[in-house]
Amino acid sequence: MKIVVTGLGATTPLGGDVSSTWEALLAGKSGISTLQQTWVAQYEIPVTFAGQAKVPASEILTLQESKRLDPSSQFALIAAREAWADAGAPEVVPERLAVEFSTGIGGVWTLLDAFDTLKERGARRVLPMTVPMLMPNGPAAAIGMDLAARGGVRTAVSACASSTEAIANAITRLKSGEVDMVVAGGCEAAIHPLPIAAFAAMHATSRRNDEPEKASRPYDVNRDGFVMGEGAGALVLETEEHAKARGAKIYAYLVGGSVTSDAYHITAPDPEGSGAARAVLSALEQAGAKPEDVVHINAHATSTPVGDIAEYTALKRVFGDHLENIAISATKASTGHLLGGAGAIEAVFTVLALKNRTAPPTINLDDQDPAIPLDIVTSPRKLPEGPILAISNSFGFGGHNAVIAFRSYD
Amino acid sequence: MALSKDEVLAGLAELVNEETGLTADAVQLDKSFSEDLDIDSISMMTIVVNAEDKFGVKIPDEEVKNLVTVADAVNYIADNQ
Repeated sequence: MKIVVTGLGATTPLGGDVSSTWEALLAGKSGISTLQQTWVAQYEIPVTFAGQAKVPASEILTLQESKRLDPSSQFALIAAREAWADAGAPEVVPERLAVEFSTGIGGVWTLLDAFDTLKERGARRVLPMTVPMLMPNGPAAAIGMDLAARGGVRTAVSACASSTEAIANAITRLKSGEVDMVVAGGCEAAIHPLPIAAFAAMHATSRRNDEPEKASRPYDVNRDGFVMGEGAGALVLETEEHAKARGAKIYAYLVGGSVTSDAYHITAPDPEGSGAARAVLSALEQAGAKPEDVVHINAHATSTPVGDIAEYTALKRVFGDHLENIAISATKASTGHLLGGAGAIEAVFTVLALKNRTAPPTINLDDQDPAIPLDIVTSPRKLPEGPILAISNSFGFGGHNAVIAFRSYD
Repeated sequence: MALSKDEVLAGLAELVNEETGLTADAVQLDKSFSEDLDIDSISMMTIVVNAEDKFGVKIPDEEVKNLVTVADAVNYIADNQ
């Protein structure tokens, strides 16, 4: 059974939809800016910038949707609706449509706002929608309700690997034969003082407060941590048979998806990269492909000093000398790190790279780390004609590794 | 000073508008919250709690089920200020 991508959706720090995001990405724009919220100074937050959604969700959704959905679910719904419309909004059997949609952190705004309300105004003032808004399956459930998906609605949670894992899980669902279509992806809305303070406390995030647009700089010698972003990405996946029967436009094949775990350290990546390497190899095996077939990688590359090297080590294990022939893009340089939504928007980018035969640029690479001798794409680069293969990597706190592989369609 | 029923109605319409986006002129005394205004139990609870703050009244949970129409709510609030 072959699986194809027939719809894409996104709302990101670069744009409110796929086309504006992709255009800004190719143009080398940064979605990172200084936070204007008063809480930054109020709580003396040491990191004063992030990648905020370019188009606020409230500009798209109804008042009722904005009130009843956590911001993470709002982004999820926007991306999923765009992907579904892009797929032609087909009439489907609801029982054969599933949702696999992730978040890394869940409804953190709802949870913490509700706690503030409880402390300041008492239990009677806690909103009755608090529980469904804060639950991590909220985004998937919102999409499932909106699209009337009755084939199962699930949420994989594996920190920053979450949405790549969701896409890998969609393969399993489709191959089971239980469903024909899956809306897969992930979202995050954690630009709240607590997560920002908490990531800063563990020194995971950049503190380049005076140059926010240059703070996310994967592979650069002066990288000093990741930059938090927010938004969502969504893909409509279906069996090729189903897509062809309904005459759908097809972007690419989804040919592999693998999830492994390090069991090494709760936050640090395994310096040997063996778990990550196993995930890459397994995804390629599912694709019936060899490492030499890969022409493009959308790397996890968060811009942390140790993470970027660990991923390089894993890739070197898999690809050996072929690694120098692979066009590597680290798009978090432009978008920031969407945590549980990162894999989804990077999957969208990987699909578009294959469809348009163009690897997107990695901005802010002023001085490449000599310890990471990769061929990093710094301006849009043409990818070869003919059938080509690309992978997208995501890794998460907890030792989670998730890798998906796509092949060009035409 | 106690508000008149017209003033309570106007204030209640503002709360309904904030919660649902319905315009104030849709909130008429003879309208049913659930049947006519399509306000579900979750929105109703939010409106009730906000009404308690706005009008300085207590609306016990067991009373909320009796507030079927806008007039029921206006009368309860006006009588219990």
